[in-house]
Amino acid sequence: MKKLIIALLFALPGLSMAAAPGVPLEKAGIDLRDQSSLQRGAQLFVNYCMGCHSVQYQRYNRMGRDIGLSDDQVRDNLMFVGDRIGDTMTIAMPKADAASWFGTPPPDLSVVSRSRGVDWLYSYLKGFYIDESRPFGMNNAVFPDVGMPHALWELEGLKRGITETVIDADGNESSKVVGYEMVKPGKLSAVEYDQAARDLTNFLAYTGEPVKLQRQQLGIWVLLFLGVLFIFAYLLKKEYWRDIH
Amino acid sequence: MNSMMTQLLGWVDARFPLSKMWKEHLSEYYAPKNFNFWYFFGSLALLVLVIQIVTGIFLTMSYKPDGDLAFGSVEFIMRDVEWGWLIRYMHTTGASAFFAVVYLHMFRGMMYGSYKAPRELIWIFGCLIFLVLMAEAFFGYLLPWGQMSYWGAQVIVNLFQAVPFVGEPLSVWIRGDYVISDASLNRFFALHVIALPIVLLGLVVAHIIALHEVGSNNPDGVEIKKHKGPDGKPLDGIPFHPYYTVKDIVGVVVFLMIFSVVMFFAPEMGGFFIEAPNFIPADPLKTPEHIAPVWYFTPYYAILRAVPSIAGSAFPGVAAMGAAVIILFFLPWLDRSPVKSIRYRGLCFKVLLFLFVANFIMLGYLGAMPSTPGKTLLAQIGTVYYFAYFFALAIIPKFEKTKPVPERVTS
Repeated sequence: MKKLIIALLFALPGLSMAAAPGVPLEKAGIDLRDQSSLQRGAQLFVNYCMGCHSVQYQRYNRMGRDIGLSDDQVRDNLMFVGDRIGDTMTIAMPKADAASWFGTPPPDLSVVSRSRGVDWLYSYLKGFYIDESRPFGMNNAVFPDVGMPHALWELEGLKRGITETVIDADGNESSKVVGYEMVKPGKLSAVEYDQAARDLTNFLAYTGEPVKLQRQQLGIWVLLFLGVLFIFAYLLKKEYWRDIH
Repeated sequence: MNSMMTQLLGWVDARFPLSKMWKEHLSEYYAPKNFNFWYFFGSLALLVLVIQIVTGIFLTMSYKPDGDLAFGSVEFIMRDVEWGWLIRYMHTTGASAFFAVVYLHMFRGMMYGSYKAPRELIWIFGCLIFLVLMAEAFFGYLLPWGQMSYWGAQVIVNLFQAVPFVGEPLSVWIRGDYVISDASLNRFFALHVIALPIVLLGLVVAHIIALHEVGSNNPDGVEIKKHKGPDGKPLDGIPFHPYYTVKDIVGVVVFLMIFSVVMFFAPEMGGFFIEAPNFIPADPLKTPEHIAPVWYFTPYYAILRAVPSIAGSAFPGVAAMGAAVIILFFLPWLDRSPVKSIRYRGLCFKVLLFLFVANFIMLGYLGAMPSTPGKTLLAQIGTVYYFAYFFALAIIPKFEKTKPVPERVTS
């Protein structure tokens, strides 16, 4: 009984609370240790996303250091003229203008991987399809009626959604995207685009918590130390308690 | 050197009861020799309190309690402050660890009847600590100024609106505004870093002084002071220092290992310790789809939601949630059994307590989930059982078959 209580108490944090999203998400399959993927992701981000989205808590030089680029490489490839290497990655687009163009100002993406999750990001990048009823002619399966156009369309190409009518538990009819057909191929093949989406997701996962790898590494040393400390603490306790039992 | 230290100590002792306090609370505080696993959590709670205060001080050095800057200052701590990420994760993990440890500590008290005479005041001080801790955690959770911070605070402060007659002005008075805003953030910060920690520390001192006045209970629930040796010391007691200090160090190391696993490898704990929507800056115009409190509040949140509104007023739910905490204060008088420890109580008590724990965990799960009719029904059953447990304790001693309590502790 006692053991069962202990087991129950410790099982509590293990219960999953992830709410089911509207569409099944694809696994992002990212690897923060893959520096070339992070570098490609940074390049994609700067070229395709940073027109509208900042990562205002991320510094250029810190990024370079963490993803294996020198300050000069960052300066030459990833920075706009006028920014300094110690600056954070902000954008010049005024929020008020952005709001009138897109309906809502494009959010800062510094910690988006932590609020949305990497699988969501990956699926979102792959979820754009043609929808003439939208202002930019594109919709997204993961984020329906999103204000953002498909910024990577020249890479992925344009695809049309194959929809199916579904009836939910309350009897309401709605259409759901179940697959895609490519209408206008882009510069990349499907496999190459998957990799690009993965690299970009990887980069955003990095900016979400730049210290993550270092944190885990340090954790191993701390646990090893505590393991050794435990042996001595236990022996000390045993030595003192010899006179009691 | 040694004689100089003795002289210095003598000098201090003539002016301040240093040696006397050392003896009273450590080297000559006699604790029962049969403490088990469940007795680690008191000293661990003290450790977590120290962790929270120290990390809190360092966080305050870089945090900005300002609606425009708060969210960014937390990210600044995570990225640009030397070891800021570690200090911050210690604090977030510490908050959850505090409740984990305190819940286990309270469960120990319920299991071994530690709240019964002559320890009612220790229990009451403990309940006050729990209450202040809840307030402290609630105020602290607003400070990162994320969506869940904001909307969690919004929901909880709105509860005060349900209070009859004074609800509206009361909630405005708490917020300092008509919605949660910069004004609320500033006052929550003041309460979180100054007001409540002072109260908390005072209560912890009172809790320990009361404990050391009457002496600790133990898994057998017998009074060790009843059997003293010729030297006037309890036969079943051992000096807290060195015996329990060295034992508690083992507990501390094991605790720190678990703490480190969370802090270094899963600081968000799958959304239970740091919720995902809290990585979106507070936005008064966008309500998150599902507002759930952090795990340690979910059992009480489930009780709140379980009670239906009467005449459009949510007050009954608010009252039930309040009562669920307040009823703990009365436990020493509700439980009428003369037997303290679960070891010598009847099967019905064991079953009731086991169900109470299972029910509490179930309520915690339900409070974290979006409500559905089925889950609401479960939460209602759970709420009824939560309260019924306390009243059952008053009734079952009438027919409960207890076992004879030994005179001395068993080891």
